[in-house]
Amino acid sequence: MKVTTVLATFGYLFLLSPLAVVTILSFSSDPYLIFPPPGVSLRWYVALLGSQPVLQAAGKSVLLALLVTSLAVLAGFPAALAIARGMVPSWVGGLLALPLLLPTLVIGLALLMVLQPLGLLATWPGLALGHLMVVLPFVVRLLTTALASLPASLEDAAATLGAGPLRAFLLVTLPLAAPGAVAAATLSFLLSFDETVISLFLVGPRLTTLPVTLFHYAETRVDPMLAALAVSLIVLTLAIVLLVDRIVGLTRVLGRA
Amino acid sequence: MKRSAGFLLCLPAMALLALGFLWPFTVLIRMSLNRTDDGGTLVPDLSLATYGKLAADSFTWSMTADSVRLSAIAASLALLLGYPMALVLFRSRSRFRGVLAVAAVAPLLVSGTARVIGWLAILGDGGLINGAFAAVGLPRLALINNWTGVQIGLTESVMPYAVLALLAGFGRLDRRLEEAAATLGARPLVTFWTVTLPLTLPAAIGAWLLAFLLGVSAFITPKLMGGGRVFVLATEIYDAAMQTLDWPAAAALSVYVLALLVVVLLAQAALSRRLA
Repeated sequence: MKVTTVLATFGYLFLLSPLAVVTILSFSSDPYLIFPPPGVSLRWYVALLGSQPVLQAAGKSVLLALLVTSLAVLAGFPAALAIARGMVPSWVGGLLALPLLLPTLVIGLALLMVLQPLGLLATWPGLALGHLMVVLPFVVRLLTTALASLPASLEDAAATLGAGPLRAFLLVTLPLAAPGAVAAATLSFLLSFDETVISLFLVGPRLTTLPVTLFHYAETRVDPMLAALAVSLIVLTLAIVLLVDRIVGLTRVLGRA
Repeated sequence: MKRSAGFLLCLPAMALLALGFLWPFTVLIRMSLNRTDDGGTLVPDLSLATYGKLAADSFTWSMTADSVRLSAIAASLALLLGYPMALVLFRSRSRFRGVLAVAAVAPLLVSGTARVIGWLAILGDGGLINGAFAAVGLPRLALINNWTGVQIGLTESVMPYAVLALLAGFGRLDRRLEEAAATLGARPLVTFWTVTLPLTLPAAIGAWLLAFLLGVSAFITPKLMGGGRVFVLATEIYDAAMQTLDWPAAAALSVYVLALLVVVLLAQAALSRRLA
């Protein structure tokens, strides 16, 4: 028993050490990633706020993630409803999960070959379509689980009490499905906001995202500003997860799926 | 009536899937049947010429061997490190269980690039390990921009998935069986070897396979931690598409990698049938 705990601790140390070290070094006063840092400073966070390319890419990434999330929930909710109610054969659910089977690298490459001749590289529709291939399968899956766990008898009860199908749906089903929908939307936002590989194929000088900026920056040099950017992304992600968990119990909803 | 309404509800999602996945994937396969001439210009064709060129290139085969070895070692290390974590999480009745579970999968929520930067800070020339080595007078170790670095980074990046797959498969592990073995006089190691391990073996195989498949498809870690000196199938697909602009080669390599993944999945299915 003791041995297992020691081994597990070792596993945790290995898994979490990059996150810990990147956090420490983001507060370094040195222009290089040197451990231990010779001094503590916030200069790299200040530099981050003064970096035009980073701020622009961050703004674009937030907008893109919002666009992708709206589209994913709008397209995913009716599909999830049809699947959860058994209105379509079960292969439809499998079909909508298909992109999960392919490496994102291959999806990105395939989209590049289609979108480039159409002049849709580095455009909002092009990038949104790419991100949707990662996001939509998860959204449909989560919403299907959320809708399938609602007892159908509640809608029947509403009907017995005189509500029409639309009224029953709007007043009974929709509010009950809301926590699942919020969880799906949150996951969708985070997946899109962090998506790197597909975006690498589809961005351009006209339109680029924050993860791609981070990736290309890391390709050329590694300094504490990069660490500060990485930590900002981590903190933002954790803040969103904790906030939504507080509101709807994200981990509970995700745990069911 | 009900069925057509159902399909109508699925229409937007299906349309997006067709537009962003089925159509591009068809174009990708069609592209792999084109070829490039010696000057590097794309020649429309309907042949297996590009596949033939890849098969004749010994680089393709050495790269395949490297990718498979790298991913197999990463999957094995991730399993070794993740198994005790999953076991502790599965058995834990502690109030910190939730925190531990979140910590195990937290890296999944963090961008892959951010984690790579963490590894560069640990393994780099001025990083945590070499800093500690220098302090006690040991020579510097080359831990990044080579296979060692990519191996370490890849192991970490597939580990959360291995832990999740193990946890999902541990449902068959009944605590009472282990207690019964202990009551009958088995020492902890014997109990583990004769009860716990056999019961969790299917989960372990599944976790290894998932980690392996993700390792072969991984791109960010080998690209950033290899420093241009580590060539795997994934980085080669990207370079062919974005640097040498040889789209038929990039497409054919992609189809080749997918075929490789399918073969591994079929082998696993055959293996688990024999075990069952």
